[in-house]
Amino acid sequence: MSGMIIETANNKWEVICGLEIHCQIISKSKMFSGASTEFGADANEHVSFVDAGMPGMLPTLNKMCVRQAVKTGMGLNAAINKYSEFSRKNYFYADLPQGYQITQFKYPIVGEGKVTIDLVDGSSKDIGIERMHIEQDAGKSIHDMAPDKSFIDLNRAGVGLMEIVTKPDFRAPEEAGEFLRKLRSIVRYLGTCDGNMDEGSMRCDVNVSVRKVGEDGYRTRCEMKNVNSVKFVVQAIENEAKRHVEVYESGGQIAQETRQFDPVSGQTKVMRKKEFAHDYRYFPEPDLPPLILDDAFIEEVKKEMVELPDAKKTRFVNELGLTKYDASVLCENKEIADFFEAASQGRDAKKVANWMMGDFFAMLNEKKIGIEESPVSAENLGKLVDLISQNVISGKIAKDVFVLMVESGENPEKIVEEKGLKQVTDSGAIEAIVEKVIAANPANVEAYRGGKTGLMGWFVGQVMKESQGKANPGVVNSLLKEKLG
Amino acid sequence: MAVDTETVRRIAFLSRLKVEDDKIAATEAEFNKILNWVEQLNEVNTDDVEPLVSVNETSLTLREDEVTDGNKSAAILANAPQKEYGYFVVPKVVE
Repeated sequence: MSGMIIETANNKWEVICGLEIHCQIISKSKMFSGASTEFGADANEHVSFVDAGMPGMLPTLNKMCVRQAVKTGMGLNAAINKYSEFSRKNYFYADLPQGYQITQFKYPIVGEGKVTIDLVDGSSKDIGIERMHIEQDAGKSIHDMAPDKSFIDLNRAGVGLMEIVTKPDFRAPEEAGEFLRKLRSIVRYLGTCDGNMDEGSMRCDVNVSVRKVGEDGYRTRCEMKNVNSVKFVVQAIENEAKRHVEVYESGGQIAQETRQFDPVSGQTKVMRKKEFAHDYRYFPEPDLPPLILDDAFIEEVKKEMVELPDAKKTRFVNELGLTKYDASVLCENKEIADFFEAASQGRDAKKVANWMMGDFFAMLNEKKIGIEESPVSAENLGKLVDLISQNVISGKIAKDVFVLMVESGENPEKIVEEKGLKQVTDSGAIEAIVEKVIAANPANVEAYRGGKTGLMGWFVGQVMKESQGKANPGVVNSLLKEKLG
Repeated sequence: MAVDTETVRRIAFLSRLKVEDDKIAATEAEFNKILNWVEQLNEVNTDDVEPLVSVNETSLTLREDEVTDGNKSAAILANAPQKEYGYFVVPKVVE
């Protein structure tokens, strides 16, 4: 897919975009202290003296945070740096009690990598990863509890973060959206971050600039901080790029600045000009010696790697015969992929996929529930497909059985048995119905024999109706052909 | 290397320290004295020498991921000039 081009009277402009994504690391305790990371506790209950920046307290690095970072790096097909260092990034803010954030600057734990995204037109594109480093999160400021005061809760202060920086490889807003969905899927598969943008466990900063098609190098970029949904990221890039073009076309210049995306208007507005830009004065963290990973540690993490969405998708297409589209939908979310694998175990996977893509997802959407709350278990969905394959029920009856399964949570065999929905394959019983229908409709029989063979469908329908949908359509067809001659 | 008045003001701002106007000149002189003293180090040839991060040539020891701390908000908030409902309360800061 070619990128987004903004055409004006005289020029064609190309959009350039890169992302920085903060992912909260899943771990029981904080990155440098033994306080809990659990969400939702009373204010300042999950805080140690380290997190509160008390004098003399020393940070000790959580092994789990390192493990999760290495795992994520592997998921991004990135280089794992055996040597990395922590630095202090200095700034004052009420929710940063230390007066600095412990982060990584010159030597991050993860180096260059790449993530492949699938675009709507069926093509794929590689997005380069510049680096990924680990750092501590800040606390939370609440501004709406009093008119002239801010309330500070340090429960989040010190929770581990992974900051993933991409190369400026995005040429269209949708590419960035697709990347975020892919990244979310990867970290969720790995269990390293829960990826919830609306809850802030995954946060995205967006860098945008434009240049004329054919132009070398990059023009000045603007950064939009904390855009908190995929939809808003796409919108922010689009509108910011248009703003740049308008400024250039009217003879102006873009100033390097931090802007804020307003979800209500869809527009961006200036937050911080460069002259007020932070001067972070990074320097090596004196409380922490370098982090050196040995091969054994890296091998251990490698052993814990799970099959990632791309590999799973390829397997679904090549080994199970799914279409690329079905496979990508079923693989985006690990819970869905696991459900599908459980349901299709030992059966025709394509048929199970069709059921999931159709009635099953429609049901989840209608009920607005996640797959883990589905009233229909993977085992029961699989059994339903078996009943169709074994000609116990027709595909049409199966849809009714499915509705009953949703209502009762029962297994389909029991439902079919109790409601007497078994397909009638006994040709004697079907023959009786066929004869009844023929006898009741002499005019149509006459017409059919006179050449209106299109009436066959109507006859089939009548027989099915008479049998309450339970007659085997194949048997009905052949008997009708025989009798109508 | 020498610092000027503007740099002194900027460093004071970054450090959130209030330096009175009549103290700026003296601070500037002090800064420069310190810098000049440190600059003696420039006499050492450091070509091809990696910057030394720590004199302690050890690698980081890692902690197991266990919850061993917390649940002491009273102690955490003990020195807070103002607190309410378990929160630190500060002058409004909106960026």
